[in-house]
Amino acid sequence: MAELESVIGLEVHAELSTSTKIFCGCRNVFGEAPNTQVCPVCLGLPGTLPRLNRKVCDYAVKIGHALNCHINPVSRMDRKNYFYPDLPKAYQISQSDIPICGKGSIDIISDGKIRTVGITRIHIEEDAGKLLHDDGYDGTLCDYNRCGVPLIEIVTEPDMRSSAEAHAFLELIRSILRYIDISDCKMQEGSIRCDVNVSVHEKGSPYGERCELKNVNSFSAAVRGIEYEIKRQTGIISSGGTVERETRRWDDKKGISTLMRNKENAQDYRFFPEPDLGAVVFDEEHIKRLKEEIPELPDRKMIRYVKDHGMKEAEAFVIADSREKSRLYDECVSTGRCQQKTAANFIVGEITKYMNDTGKSLSETALNAEGLVSLCVAYEKGTVSSSGAKKVLGELIEHGGNVDDIINDLGVAQNSDAAFIDSLAEEVIAANERSVKDYRNGKKNAIGHLVGQAMKLSMGRADPQMLRKALENKLDTEE
Amino acid sequence: MLWEYTATELIGMLHRKECSGKEIINDVSIRANDVQPLYNSYITLRSAADTASDTICKADECMTLSGIPVAVKDNISTKGIRTTCASRMLSDYVPPYDAFAVERLRLAGAYIIGKTNMDEFAMGSASDTGFFGAVRNPLDMDYSAGGSSGGSAAAVAGGAAVLALGTDTGGSVRQPASLCGIAGFCPSYGAVSRYGLISFASSLDRIGFMGRSVSDLKLLYNIINVRDSQDVTNFSKKNSAEENADIKGLRIGIVKEFSAASADSDVTAAVNAGIKLMELSGAVIKSVSVPSVSLAVKAYYIISSAEAASNLARYDGVRYGHRAENFKDLRDMFVRSRSEGFGEEVKRRIMLGTFVLSEGYAESYYKRAMAVRRQLCTEFDEVFRECDIIAAPVYPCAGIRLGEKTSSVKRYAADIFTVPSSMAGLPAVSVPCGKNSKGLPIGLQLIGGRYHDDRLLEAAEIFEILRGDDYGRA
Repeated sequence: MAELESVIGLEVHAELSTSTKIFCGCRNVFGEAPNTQVCPVCLGLPGTLPRLNRKVCDYAVKIGHALNCHINPVSRMDRKNYFYPDLPKAYQISQSDIPICGKGSIDIISDGKIRTVGITRIHIEEDAGKLLHDDGYDGTLCDYNRCGVPLIEIVTEPDMRSSAEAHAFLELIRSILRYIDISDCKMQEGSIRCDVNVSVHEKGSPYGERCELKNVNSFSAAVRGIEYEIKRQTGIISSGGTVERETRRWDDKKGISTLMRNKENAQDYRFFPEPDLGAVVFDEEHIKRLKEEIPELPDRKMIRYVKDHGMKEAEAFVIADSREKSRLYDECVSTGRCQQKTAANFIVGEITKYMNDTGKSLSETALNAEGLVSLCVAYEKGTVSSSGAKKVLGELIEHGGNVDDIINDLGVAQNSDAAFIDSLAEEVIAANERSVKDYRNGKKNAIGHLVGQAMKLSMGRADPQMLRKALENKLDTEE
Repeated sequence: MLWEYTATELIGMLHRKECSGKEIINDVSIRANDVQPLYNSYITLRSAADTASDTICKADECMTLSGIPVAVKDNISTKGIRTTCASRMLSDYVPPYDAFAVERLRLAGAYIIGKTNMDEFAMGSASDTGFFGAVRNPLDMDYSAGGSSGGSAAAVAGGAAVLALGTDTGGSVRQPASLCGIAGFCPSYGAVSRYGLISFASSLDRIGFMGRSVSDLKLLYNIINVRDSQDVTNFSKKNSAEENADIKGLRIGIVKEFSAASADSDVTAAVNAGIKLMELSGAVIKSVSVPSVSLAVKAYYIISSAEAASNLARYDGVRYGHRAENFKDLRDMFVRSRSEGFGEEVKRRIMLGTFVLSEGYAESYYKRAMAVRRQLCTEFDEVFRECDIIAAPVYPCAGIRLGEKTSSVKRYAADIFTVPSSMAGLPAVSVPCGKNSKGLPIGLQLIGGRYHDDRLLEAAEIFEILRGDDYGRA
C-alpha cells in the first residue's frame, strides 16, 4: 500500500468582544449570575424581532481582512433550524449561502516550513445558552446569558497535514483575533472553540471521506483528537476497510472519539433567509477604512522574525503572538543601537516571565523601548552582567528610570578592569589549591568553581567572561 | 347608544362634551359583555374593574383616542394581559412587554378593551381553528365572521369595540372585514412595526386596522404608522406629497386574472357595481394583467408555511407555554408538548413548511415559490405604472357557513383575491360595497402601490362617500 497522508480542515468559532449582544442591547459579559443578562429578544419571546449589531459586522470584516478574504459587500442572514433547550427560538440566526467573508488564506510556520492554509469563508452568528447540572437538582437547568453573544465562524480548506500544523494554525488565529482586538479568546470561558475535520488517503489518490470531531474544547484537545482520528482512520484503511462520513464526539478525558451521527441520520437544518432582517450591506469606503485599521499581523511578523532576524520559531511566536511585545521588540530594533538577539532574549526571557507571573500587560509596567535599548547596550558592552541585567530589568519594569543610574544605584556595574580581574584570579588560585590541581590534571570543569569563587569575591561585579580568560591564562601558562 | 358610533364620531362628541370617555368605555364594555356569549369575539375581555386602573382617569384628557375602546387581536403582545394566539400552547402566556402598536395605542389614550378571538396562530379564514371556539358573524350567527381576525371584525361589527387591531398575512384583516361589513385596512408591508406581533410568516405578517368607516382606519393608521427601530423591516416612507386621489381621472386597474377567478355571482355583481359607481364619478377603468396571480396562492402557502414552521418551533415546552405532563426524555417532551399544544391546522402548516424546506425539496418548492413572489412584485410594479389603484373582490363568496366541511385546498384557494397583494407587500383596503340576497355583506377591495397607503385610503374614503351611508352597520 502507498504511504498514507492525513488531511485536516478546521472550523473555528470565536466569541466577539462587542459590548452588547448581536441582536439586542443586552450586555455581552461572561460570568454573571444565570439569566440576568437577558431580555425578551435574546430569550426569543413570541413577537420579538432581532436587530443586527453593526459592530459585529465590522469585526467580521476586520478578521476577513486579516485573513486576506474577499469581503462580500452584500451578505445575508439565514435561519438554521433545530430543536435544543439552549436555543430559545429553535433556530440559530447564522449565515448560509452568502457569508460576510469569502475565500482567503493565511501562512503558518510549522517545523520550519511555511504552509498556506486556505480560508473557505467567515460568517457571523449568535451563540446559544448553556445547560447546567446542579448537585441539588436532578433535572437540567438553562442559563440563557450566552444567547445572542456574537460569534464568528472561520472555516478552512482541508489544507493542513498534521496535528502540529493544525495547532500552529489555531495559535495563529487566536493571536490575530487578539491583535485586531475583536475577541479575548479565553479558552476556559469557551470564547474560542473548534470543530475538526480529518480524513486519511493514500498519497496520490483523491482525499478520503472525512469525519468531523465535535466537542473539542482546547487547542491541545484538538491535537489529541486529530492524532487519535488519524490513527483510527489509518487503522481502518490499513485493514482494508473504508472510512464512513461521520460526525464524532471527542472525549478528551478518555482520549477517544465516539459516533454521534452518520450520513443517514445527518441533521437537516432547513436553512432559509432570515425574513426578520434585511441584507447586510457595506459600502466600499467602509470596507477600506476597516482595512486601514489592521496592524501588521503576527503571521507576517513570525515570518519576518524567523527569516530576516534568524529567530527560532518558538521565540518568534512568543514575541509575535503579543502585539505589545512585538511592538516593544520592533521599536528596540528600529533604533539600530542594540543587537536584535539581545532585545529578543530579554523579551522572550525575563519580560515574558514577568508578564506570565504577574498577569500584567506591558502597558501596566514602567518599561519602555528606550529603557530596554539602553539596557541591551550596557549588557552588550559588558557594563552589566547577565544577572545584573535581570535586576536592572526588574527595576525598569517596576519603576522605570535611567539605566546607568539604576546600574549605579543597584551596584551591579560589571568591573572589566584588567588589573582588578587579574588580582581576583590570583587570589582564588592561591586559595583553591584543590581545584587548581584538578584543573591542571585535566579536569577542565574545575574552572567553573574558580570562576564562581572569584565572582563571589567581586560581589558579582566582575565580568565572568574576562575572569574565565584570565584564570585559564594563568593556570595554563604558570605551571 | 354610544357603542353604535364610529371613533371619528365619538371623538367629535367628546370634544363637544356631549359624552365622556368614561361613559363610552362603560357603554361599550357592557355591550361587549352582553354579546360575548353570542359572538365569542373575545378570548380575554377585560372587566370593568380593570378600567378604573387604566385609561379611565386619562379618558377625559384630550388625547387622540382618549376614552375610545380598542380591541386587539390575540396574537399582538399586551404587557400583563395574556396573549394566546388562540392556541392551547399559549393559553396561559402573559407577555412581559407591549407590542409597538399597542404602546402607540396606550400613548394615544386608547382603552384596550380585550383580546380578540382568531384562528390559531392566525392560520385560517373562518376563525374556527382556535382553542377558544369559533367566532360567529354578528350579522348572521349561522355564519363565520371570516378569518383570521374574525374576533376583531365581529367585535367592531357587533358594537363590542369601536376600533380593532387585526393582523393580515394573506387576507386576514380584509376577509373578515368584508364578511362582517366593516372597513379593514392592511398597510404596506413595513409601514407598521411588527414588534410584538407574534410571528406566523414574518415576511408577510402585517398589523392591520378595523373600524366602521375609512376615516376610523386613517385615525388608527396615523397613530401607529411611526418609525420603530425595533423592527428593521419597518419603513416610514410616506408618499403623501402628491397623494391626490381625486376621483376624476383616478386610474383604476381591473386585473384580468382576478376576473377569471371564480367568485360567486352576487359578489361579482356587487363589486362591479362599486367599480361602475367610481367610473360614473370620473374614474378611468383600465384592464391590466398580473399573470402570476394564478400561481400566487400556491407560492403563498409554501412560503408562509415554511416561515411558520420555523417561527412556531420555539414553542417547545421548555420556557413558557404548554408542556406535556408525562414524557420519557427531552425529545419526547418536545414531541408531546407540541402534539398536545397545537391544533390540526397549525400542525398541517408546520408539516408542510418543514417539508418544503427539507434538503432535496427546497429547490423545487421554497426557492421556486420565492421566484414566483419576485415575479409577482415585478408584474405589480408594471401595473402600477399604468394605474393608481386596483379594484377587486375580497372573498369569492358572501358568507362562510359555520361548521361547513371544506377541504383545506378549497379553503386555501379562496385566498386568491387577497394573497397576491400580500406577497407583493402592497397596501389594501376592504370597504363594504353591497349585500347578497340573504343580507350578508360584500366588500370591495382596493389595492394601492407600495407605500402609497395615503392615496389608497383617500380613494377608499371617496368610494365610501359615493356608496352612501347605508352599509356596514350591524
